[in-house]
Amino acid sequence: MTDQELQLKVISLRRTMLRLIHNAGAGHTGGGLSCMDILNVLYNRVLNVSPQTFTSPTRDRYVQSKGHCVEALYTVLADRGFFPASDLDTVCRYQSHYVGHPTRHIPGIEMNTGALGHGLPICIGMALAGKMDSANYRVFTLLGDGELAEGSNWEAALAAAHYKLDNLFAILDHNTLQITGHTREVMCNEPLADKWRAFGWTVRCVNGHDYAELTKALTDPPESGKPTFIIANTVKGKGVSFMENVAKWHHGVPNETELKQALAELDVAEAGLKSA
Amino acid sequence: MFTPAAKTMAEKLGLKMGRANLEEFAATLEELAKANPNIIAVTSDSRGSGKLAPFGKALPKQIVEVGIAEQNLVGITAGLAACGKKAFGVSPSCFLTARALEQIKNDVCYSDVPAVLIGISSGVSYGALGTTHHSLHDLAVLRAINNLTLIVPADNFESREAIRFAATATKPVFVRFGKAAMYHLHQPETKFEVGKAITLRDGNDVAFVVTGETAIHAVLAAAQLAEQGVQARVLSVHTVKPLDTESILKAGRECSAVITVEEHMVNGGLGEAVASTLLQAGVCKSFRIVGIPDEETVPGAQADIFRHYGISMEGLTEAAVKLIGK
Ligand SMILES: [Mg+2]
Repeated sequence: MTDQELQLKVISLRRTMLRLIHNAGAGHTGGGLSCMDILNVLYNRVLNVSPQTFTSPTRDRYVQSKGHCVEALYTVLADRGFFPASDLDTVCRYQSHYVGHPTRHIPGIEMNTGALGHGLPICIGMALAGKMDSANYRVFTLLGDGELAEGSNWEAALAAAHYKLDNLFAILDHNTLQITGHTREVMCNEPLADKWRAFGWTVRCVNGHDYAELTKALTDPPESGKPTFIIANTVKGKGVSFMENVAKWHHGVPNETELKQALAELDVAEAGLKSA
Repeated sequence: MFTPAAKTMAEKLGLKMGRANLEEFAATLEELAKANPNIIAVTSDSRGSGKLAPFGKALPKQIVEVGIAEQNLVGITAGLAACGKKAFGVSPSCFLTARALEQIKNDVCYSDVPAVLIGISSGVSYGALGTTHHSLHDLAVLRAINNLTLIVPADNFESREAIRFAATATKPVFVRFGKAAMYHLHQPETKFEVGKAITLRDGNDVAFVVTGETAIHAVLAAAQLAEQGVQARVLSVHTVKPLDTESILKAGRECSAVITVEEHMVNGGLGEAVASTLLQAGVCKSFRIVGIPDEETVPGAQADIFRHYGISMEGLTEAAVKLIGK
């Protein structure tokens, strides 16, 4: 898929996700919008995984550590054909496995996440297993920047470098906001790149909404013997003007009027892209 | 651990001293891992305390050291298990089941990967090191987590069988070990089945329903009680979850009184599980839970702590006599 095709696709993914959250009456809108481009590139360009190959032992693994942005993941997985799009109507409904955080009941999901600071250690186990088996799959995880305050990430940061896991890629959805406000005010994690370099990782900083930059960061071969940390600078609420960079949209649910306005903005963006 | 009278009783019963269950675990795991390269031990600077140093020497490619990082230990174990490895995460139960409880709950049990967790030096094995090193909460918290088989072996035989089971299990398993040498309690023909308690001695006056390394004390107490004309049943409940409710109800119905024994706080452990099983089936018998009470644990070595709280031949004999009023 070309960059432009992906850019068009992500508009429809954002649309689907906003409708989903509106219908479910719950969800993580801001973070879902900030990581949607990353997921779009991962599932349509990077990950060696499909509904047909999902049970293959050599598939690439993706574990969404920031499990609360599951609505974005459900949307992308449905688009990739892991399950029927109509399943999205059941998110957060009685007896539906489409709960508010990822579970392995859903086709395409590797591990149950949602408590923060769990994805990276799990991915180390997966990457170690790949090394032991000389399998050439890669392991990806997506972290939130607020999530980095969980100490388990730093236990894992040590171990990934110690075991020279160059098959491991951690992506940071660096939208600089968390539920309470600016991450640098809640619990500052800067200087981020220096920290991860000091822990022995290769660090790549990219615009998390730029398809060429994301693709390069996610597909360039890793430095031999080093895990890769990709800081994707993103905008929380990306694509909807009144949601962008507003902390209350962390788990704000658009009402009827807000949904309409958001979808109208996406229509304008789509028309602009098509005429470009 | 044993008074001279208890040692004499063990001799009279022909019981032979074995090794620590932890040593039996390590030897069994090494034997299995030599035949199955998919078996991986994961340690948190705990290969020495887990008796896995020989394993590490013999099978260096099958051991993963994570350093002193229990959350990471459980997450990594889960990740390995999700990718086809038979991973055994080995760490002192006090840290494993407190600091890494969320990883046990989510990464292993909720994600439903076939990982095995080994809680070593559990209960008050580290007696004199104090409460930081005691795990008197582990059965209670693990019982409250769905999708976990919870095994607490009483002797070397149960330990070996538990590890053999865990090595082929397709669901999460937790096994809890102490580090003191254990008497052999079972006959060679004994069958071990997860979820099925083993009757170590029959009798109908009182039932000792016991788990783990306290079982020996109940066996000795039962023998002492027999000398006083009291026939005690001893049920070794090696699987705390799923609980063998059938054997427990049978004991409750057939015996005049029930005493549970565990190296665990009396809150939330085997005793309360047994009480709930009996009461919900309408079986109301004289009942007593022997374990560590809800207080700051008395300082001392494991043997001191056991004696202090009546987890001994003498203590359990006395508890039985009191309970049945003879
Ligand atoms: Mg954030």
